[in-house]
Order: sequence, then structure tokens, then C-alpha cells
Amino acid sequence: MDAILLQVLNGLDKGAAYALIALGLTLIFGTLGVVNFAHGALFMLGAFCAVTINRALTLEKVALSETQTTAWGTPLEIRTPYAQEWFGDFGLTIIDYSVPLSILIAIPFMLLVGIAMERGLVRFFYKRPHAEQILVTFGLAIVLQEIVKAIYGANPIQQDAPSIVQGAADIGALFGDPGALVYPWWRIVYLIFSGVVIAAVFAFLQFTTFGMVVRAGMADRETVGLLGINIDRRFTIVFGIAAVVAGLAGVMYTPILPPDYHIGMDFLVLSFVVVVVGGMGSLPGAVAAGFLLGVLQSFASMTAVRDILSKVGIVGLDQIIIYLVAIVVLLVRPRGLMGRKGVME
Amino acid sequence: MMKFFSQSSEKGDLVLIALFAVAVFTMPIWLAPFGANYPDLMQRFAIFGIFATGFNILFGLTGYLSFGHAAFLGVGSYTAVWTFKLLGMNPIPAVIASVVVAGVFALVIGFISLRRSGIYFSILTLAFAQMCYNLAYSVLTPITNGETGLRVLHEDPRIFDDKTVETTGPLISQIFGYQMQGMTGFYFCGILLVITVFIAMRIFRSPFGMMLKAVKTNQNRLNYTGVNTRPYTLAAFVISGMYAGLAGALMCIIDPLAGAERMQWTASGEVVLMTILGGVGTIIGPIIGAGLIKYFENIFSAFNDQTLANIYSFLPDGLSEVLVSVTSLFVGEGWHLSLGILFMLIVIFLPGGVTEGLSRIGKLIARRTGKAQKNENEGGRRSSPMPGE
Amino acid sequence: MGGFKSKIDRRTLLKGTAAMGAAAFASPYFFTKGASAYVNEPTGSSVTFGFNVPQTGAYADEGADELRAYQLAVEHLNGEGDGGLLNTFSSKELKGSGVLGKKVEFTTGDTQTKSDAARASAKRMIEKDGAIMITGGSSSGVAIAVQSLCQEAGVIFMAGLTHSNDTTGKDRRRNGFRHFFNTEMSGAALGPVMEANYGNDRKAYHLTADYTWGWSQEGSIKKYSEAIGWETVNAVRTPLGAGDFSQYITPVLNSGADVLILNHYGKDMVNSLTQAVQFGLRDKQVNGKNFEIVVPLYSRLMAQGAGENVKGIFGSTNWHWSLQDEGSQAFVKSFGAKYGFPPSQAAHTCYVQALLYADAAQRAGSFNPCAIVEALEGFEFDGMGNGPTLYRADDHQCFKKVLVVKGNENPTSQFDLLEVVQEVPAEKVTYDPTGDEFAGDLGACNAG
Repeated sequence: MDAILLQVLNGLDKGAAYALIALGLTLIFGTLGVVNFAHGALFMLGAFCAVTINRALTLEKVALSETQTTAWGTPLEIRTPYAQEWFGDFGLTIIDYSVPLSILIAIPFMLLVGIAMERGLVRFFYKRPHAEQILVTFGLAIVLQEIVKAIYGANPIQQDAPSIVQGAADIGALFGDPGALVYPWWRIVYLIFSGVVIAAVFAFLQFTTFGMVVRAGMADRETVGLLGINIDRRFTIVFGIAAVVAGLAGVMYTPILPPDYHIGMDFLVLSFVVVVVGGMGSLPGAVAAGFLLGVLQSFASMTAVRDILSKVGIVGLDQIIIYLVAIVVLLVRPRGLMGRKGVME
Repeated sequence: MMKFFSQSSEKGDLVLIALFAVAVFTMPIWLAPFGANYPDLMQRFAIFGIFATGFNILFGLTGYLSFGHAAFLGVGSYTAVWTFKLLGMNPIPAVIASVVVAGVFALVIGFISLRRSGIYFSILTLAFAQMCYNLAYSVLTPITNGETGLRVLHEDPRIFDDKTVETTGPLISQIFGYQMQGMTGFYFCGILLVITVFIAMRIFRSPFGMMLKAVKTNQNRLNYTGVNTRPYTLAAFVISGMYAGLAGALMCIIDPLAGAERMQWTASGEVVLMTILGGVGTIIGPIIGAGLIKYFENIFSAFNDQTLANIYSFLPDGLSEVLVSVTSLFVGEGWHLSLGILFMLIVIFLPGGVTEGLSRIGKLIARRTGKAQKNENEGGRRSSPMPGE
Repeated sequence: MGGFKSKIDRRTLLKGTAAMGAAAFASPYFFTKGASAYVNEPTGSSVTFGFNVPQTGAYADEGADELRAYQLAVEHLNGEGDGGLLNTFSSKELKGSGVLGKKVEFTTGDTQTKSDAARASAKRMIEKDGAIMITGGSSSGVAIAVQSLCQEAGVIFMAGLTHSNDTTGKDRRRNGFRHFFNTEMSGAALGPVMEANYGNDRKAYHLTADYTWGWSQEGSIKKYSEAIGWETVNAVRTPLGAGDFSQYITPVLNSGADVLILNHYGKDMVNSLTQAVQFGLRDKQVNGKNFEIVVPLYSRLMAQGAGENVKGIFGSTNWHWSLQDEGSQAFVKSFGAKYGFPPSQAAHTCYVQALLYADAAQRAGSFNPCAIVEALEGFEFDGMGNGPTLYRADDHQCFKKVLVVKGNENPTSQFDLLEVVQEVPAEKVTYDPTGDEFAGDLGACNAG
């Protein structure tokens, strides 16, 4: 039972990451009709926001030691973070909270990146074939990740969660069974955070006038245009919002997965599968599919499940479960879980 | 010369294919200034030319964008190595078996995937290919030899090989005593490239090809008129799968090793990029695209600071250092960056790919010489621009 | 222009094509066997080495470090810089005047950590750039693929970072040589250390990257951990590049195991270790003992990616810059002076391989692969940072000290992540080259 609960949590956590990326992708599909292959790169940029903030906070004062030398003969560098030197312990606390603090920077930064991308490149491709959209955004993704690689190298860069949420929470203890169910604090934080972001996006689209116009535009762009509403400007902002969502997902994921320049590409294919399984242009579909695939992936890799499957001769199911589910869903439901007719067919 | 390029008569096609053959077989000469006239790269040009040409039969004609074509390449490769292992090092059975097996795979995957269209189709093909890749890398290792890749070993049965004359030397695919390596290997691939391009050309011109183009233009209308399009698209899918299988077989014929990375989604994506880069729906475009990407991969990645310093050595020291450090961002370990920029530039300024650029230049020259003629192009794109136009 | 078409009939066309074809056949042929004794025999005043390293993909940083080491090696061979390990190397044949009087030049290429790309790149070096040897790489799949290519083409392959037994086991080749250690040696070295630190009554749980190297590593650790009385509770295969390993880590929590062995390398290692620590595994008490994690193959570059999480975790490595012997210090000094940071184990093995090749050529008096094979087989040397070393003739594997390391609890700098716990002498990790898991056929040397 505990094992199942744990795997549900794992699945939800994985699903939260998929759902956040897929949400942004679907927003862009649904509103602008653009296949954005650079969406993974936006996730990556978000993650590197966190890295950059951390680097900035831990900028070090380098003093050369007079007595000690390194193994290669140069004087040993004694490094103290400026933050610590200036603010003392408070500085260390700021460094400790660098990941959550990055959110504050990541929101405006990603919004700008998103708007710049839309105005500078993507808007010229609205009427172009999807193949060309794919090529140009894929090219952009490569350029972005190569720039990041040139600055930060190819190795993953560890980011720590704030010390109070490091380690694991003993959930079992709440139910009188200590140690039976432990789960990392940060993953719980991530799960709650994703829930909040998803809810915020839905609330924004559901309860604001802006959101209403956007939803109307998603349903029938032409008519909204005929009503004299400048839909283009709103769509630019939607692109920015999608970028922010992807970026935030990236920032918050860094303590779980040390980011490297390629992290976006690793998520890209999966998030496309999620979006399509959810149904093109359906926001609830994307979220639901994200969680569904996450949970199924977790279950397929459970030891008990693997044992049973290997008895009937099926091995390696956890390697392919996502794709298998995608195929089954698409064959049973032609437009994914909640897709609309005629979108991207 | 403009006239017969726009011809689509049978005779015109023969001339075109002959010119193409000449271009292919003289590659060792005209590629020399680019430093690309060594056998391995030219073999790759030919092989990926075949792969992209086949992909274009599906994507260029029907508009169905497959994201899983690398699976057929991989299946073709594994089949070829297995035929070597079981039957011997002759390339002919390997080619036949690979094409057939890849065709069967394509039939199954195509039959299922073509029940959907648009992006749903793309994701279905992607899912199949990723499944093949993941399984080949891990649990199918007894068949695929996993990460290490499948190779031919001396102790393999190879029933048709004359084992009495064999030494312990390397096992190289050969036919009539010609070893499929170096330039011989290139000509073998080149001949198959010419043949397959000719077949593709005939398909483009045939009523079958017209039907496929109709699918691309408006499938609904076709369905309303009572035409069942599925058999046509499935046929196109299987044909392009067979092309991919052939390309996979050739990769193993020139180099008897099959690795699982050939099936990864990045490999499927690469052929999509080749086709779009060169020009979707044109005969020659995908081959140019394939050549460009392989050129970048093999030549640009090989530049290092030392070679750059040699290139700029004629400049004063300070300047050459600056140029070396700037250029090195784009070559060597930064070759991906150049590739990304190239994708963006081409698609922004030349939506029809490189072939559109060539045909624009062609038109410009035609206008200059005062012999501008009416183009029979569809939607701004020529049906079959050729180099030198 | 329009008239051109009508003048061509099929026959003239065919003739034309045939003529062009013949011209092409006559164009430069690359394997000119007749003129020289072996492939790419250097005829001018220089000789070209081929450095085939990952420049893109997950191991790009490791590749970049390998390339730095190679450039340093070339400098030292040509008599520039401080001479590095040439000063401490037991063989004194190399004088810093190139190799056999020829200046060493090099060509580089990107393996992309894919067998296909690596072979394409190696072929370019052989066919286009006239490389006399190929060296480098950061994974076993690539090493084995390139090694067999070099065997076929008739050049020498000096493997870079490759840790699978197969490279010098069942896939060994006469033209290929490996200085790096392997999973068997890791197991043999780690076994006693694990016994000394964790006792004999332990239950181990393996997470293994689901490909050849992972299996090889899992097998070796199982063999040696079971020999000291440990029980293997479970061994679970994880997909390569899984990213999030949570679904594989949670079953460990209640499995009754008290040691987790991560048979992962590179990004997989960074991710699985980080996440295992987050799940509180290291704070756990199982069966009255502290829960422990072991990472059989460490790399300092990757340990950087895992940050704090490596502290106190045991593993093995081929070489580490903090070693105090003369050779290691000389290498760290010239590498650090040139680049400002210490070399990685990948850089070290690549540097040493380049020097060993050059020295073999010098001693053999020829670049002929067969002569070099003869010079390297059974070659004993010292002063390269690993103590007395033997290039065993039976399988072309180097036998030398293996380092057991531990994540440093109190690092003094960002490079000081690993602390050497024990230097396991070569005889402790030597195995029988004809044993079941290792038997292979070197074949004959091929000079093209």
C-alpha cells in the first residue's frame, strides 16, 4: 500500500513537470497555431535563470593566499561570497533561498523572452506551414542551448533547495507509522507550486476579460478579429505567459534535476507526446495527460509490476510505457483525451 | 536550358537523371575544393540522400509528417547485419532483405499510424520509433547488441561465404571481389542513389503521385468524391519506409555495424530537417539538404583552433587571434550553433529551402539574359529544380 | 539553349556519363596501398594524430578536457612547454623533438557519444586527414565501435575513457589499447574497502543503467560484494537518460536493503545520486545500520554536478589530481599552469595514451601499426601517475593501481571533491584474461 502511495506521489510529481510544460505548449498551439519546438529551450532558460541568480549571489571575492599554493604552483585563491561579506549571515540566508528567489527574476525575464520571441520571430510564421514553424523554432532552440553551453559548459550544475526543505518529510509519522512513507520536501513543494501555477493560468483565462477574449480567440480567431478586438496583442502576451510557465517549471525543477544545456530537449519530445495525448488545443487535456502519463510511468517501473509482467514474458515495459499509452489513447480517441475537432489534423 | 528543366516528359526525365548521375559520379572532383571528397563523407551524402528522398515521397507528396522514419533506417541496418551474419558478406541479399523487412515494418506502423492525420500521425510515428529505440538499446540486446552495436564476427555462420580462403582480417562486404569500401563503396551507394532518385521522379510524375499530391492539397475533398485515400498514403508510407531501409542497409554495407542511436528521435528529426532545408516536394532538395547537414556534421565539427589559426595566418597576429576566437564559437564544438543559425536563416529567408534559392538565382539569370519564361510552378515552388539551374 | 535538348540522344548521353565516371575513378584514391608499407605512412616532416572526442552531447565537458590534455601532450612531444610527464616517464626515448624526428600535428573530431558519428569522424581522420592513430572517447560503446574500425582500417586506436570490460575483453582487438581501468578492477578494488567500512552483513540494492556498461558494472560489483558476504536484494535496470529516477528510488526505501549501489555514469549518476539523497536514504537506519550509497565509477567532472551529495560516498577512479607521486604532480603542474584548473581523470588517461603511443613509435623506430603493437605489448613503465604499469600482451589492458575514493567531506576548493582513500596495488586487481567474462580474440595486427 505504501509503495503504491509513493508511486502515486512520484507519478504526480513527474506529471506536474510534464503538465506545466505541456500547458504552455498547448496555450501557444491553441491561440497562435504555432508548433513551438523551442518550448523545451524556454524550460531550459528558466532553469538557467536559477543557475545565474545563484551564481550572482555567490559571486566571490577572490583573494590570493600569500602562504598556500595550488598543486600547479599558483597562489591559492581564497574565495568568500560577496553576499556573505556584506550582509553576514543574512547574506548566507539569501544564498540558501536562491532557487525560490529566482522566481522573482524569472517571471519578468521569461515574459520578456516570450514577447521578444513572438514579436521578433514567431509572428512571421503564423501563416506558414507547420513544417517551417518546426524548423525555425528548432533552429532557435539549438541556438539558445548552444549559447547556454558556451557560457555554462555541458555538465549539469547542482542547485540546492533551501535548507529547511532539504531532505525528506516523514508523512507516515502523521498517520502514526513513522518511516513508512517518506517523501522529499522539495518534491512536495514542487507539486503544490505546480498546482498553484496551473490554477492561476486557468483562473486567468476563466475569470478575466483578457482571458475571455483569448479563449474566444482560441475558438474562432477570425470572428474575434471581426469584432474589432486586437487579438494579436493579446496573443503576444499569451506567448509571454506560456514562456513564464515553462520558465517557472524550469526554475523549480533545478533542485530535483541538476540542469544542463540539454535539459530542454530531453523534455521536448515527452511534452509533445503529453500535449497530443491530452488533445491539441485543450488546456485541461494537457494537464490531465501530464498527470496520467506521469503516474502510469511510475507504476510501470514498480518492482511488483515488473515481476508480474516478466512472468508473462513482457520486459522493459517501463522503458516504453509513455509511448505505448500514447498509441493506445490516440487509437481509441482520435483527438486525444480532450482534443477539438479540426485542430492540427 | 531552362526549357527542359520544366519539362515533365519522359525524355526530359531521362536527361535530368543523366545529368544527376553525372553530378553524383563526379563528386570526387567537384567536392574537392570543399574538402569533402573523401569516400566516407561521399558515401554518407549518397546514403542520406536516399533516406531523405524516400522521406520526401511521403512528406513532400502527401504532407504527412512522420517523426519516426529513423526506425526504418535502424530496422534496415539490423536486418543487413543479420543477413551478413547468417548468409555472408554479399551486399545484394542484405539490400533485398533490408528493404523487405523495413517495408513490412512500415506496413504495420503505417497501417496503424495512418488512421490519424496531422500532428496525431506525427506523434504516433514518433512513439513507435522511440519504442524501437528504447527496446533496441536495452531489452532487445540479444538481437541488437545494445549500446555496442551489432557487428559481424568471424564465428558467425555466414553460410554462403567461402571460409577456406578467409584470413583473420576484417570482414568487409563484397561483391564479385569488389570490396564495398572507399571509392568502390561510394560508387555502389551512388548507383543506388541515382536509381532511387529516378524511381522517386517517376513516382512524382505518375498518376499515383498526382493522387498523393491531391491528398496533400485537400484530403477531405477526395474523401467526399468517394476516393479512399488510405491505400495511397499507405503505399507512400511503405515506399518511403523501404527507402529508409535501403539507406540503413547501405550504412551497414559500407561499414558493417548497426547501432541503436540510428533510431533515436533526433535521427528522425534530422531527416525532417534535411528535407525542409533542401526544399520539400522537390526531387533534388532533400538530397541537397542531406548533403548540407552531413557536411556541417563532418567538416565544421573538425575545425579546431589550430586549423583556424592556419586559415587566418596571413593576417596580422592580433587580428588573427580575434578572428580565431570568434570563429571558434561556430565551428569545432560549436558546430551545432552554426547549424541552428543555418536552419533559421534558410527558413526565414528561403521558405522553400535551398532549392528555392537556386531557382531564384536561376530566374534572375534568366531575366538578365532576357529569356525569362513562364514558370510552371505550383504555389511558388518548382516541381523539380536541379542544380545549375 | 532550348536547342540543346534535341541534340542529346540517349547514346551520346550514356557515353558522356561513362567518360565522366571513368574520370572520377581515376581521381585521387585514398587507400594507396601500393606506394607505402601501411596506411597513412607519414612521408613529410610531420605526423598526424587523430583526437576523436565528444564535443556535443552529455560528455562535451569531458571531451573538452580530453582535448586540452591532447594539446598539452602534442606540445610536450614537440618540445614546447615544460615537458610534463616526459620528465618523469620511465622510458627516456622521447626527447621533445617530435616523434621519429617528425613534428606531431593533430586533427580533431566530434564523436557525439554515438557509435555512428564516432566512426564517421574517425574515418574522416583516416581517409582525409591522414591520421596515423586515433585516440579519445568517453564511452564504451564508442570505444568498441571505433576500435574495431581502426582494426579494419589498419591504424592504432588508443582508447580514452572507456570502463566496460568488453573493450579489452570479448571485443579486444590487436590494434587497440586501453590505459583506463574497467568494471572488474573497480569491483576488485572496492570489495575490500566496502568490507572494511561497512562490514560483511549487508544487503545491497542495485540501480543499473540499462545498457552494456551498466550490466558489466553491476556484474562486477555483485561478484565482489557477494564474495564478502553481502546479499543482493534486487538489481533494477533503469532506462538510459531517465532524468527523474524517483520511481526507481522509492522501492529501495522499504526493500530491507541497507546499501544502494548506483551503476550509473555521467548525467544518470548525477541525477540518481542527487535524488537518492533527497529521498533521505543517507539519513536512514536499516537493520540497525546506517544506509549507505556506493557509486562504483566516479568522475570528478560529474561529481561537480552532484555537488554536496557526493560527500562520504565511496567509488573508484582511474587517477586523481591530488595524488602526490612525482608523475601526477608533474602533470597537474603543467596542465594547471596552462589552463588554470587541475586535469580530470579523462584528461590524464588521454594524455598518457598519446605519450605511450609516441614512445612506442620512437622505440619501434616506425609508425607501422604492427611495429607499434609489438612495442606496446608487454611494455612496462612507470612515472605516469599510476605507479608501475604493465600493458598486458594478452588483452592490451593496462594493469596499474586503482584508486578508491570518497566524496570529500571538507573540500578546500571547487576541484577538491574527491579524497583518495586507498591506492589498490595492481596485483590486487589483476585478473585472468581467459576467464569467462573476458575471453576474446585479439586477431592479427592490421597495417592496412
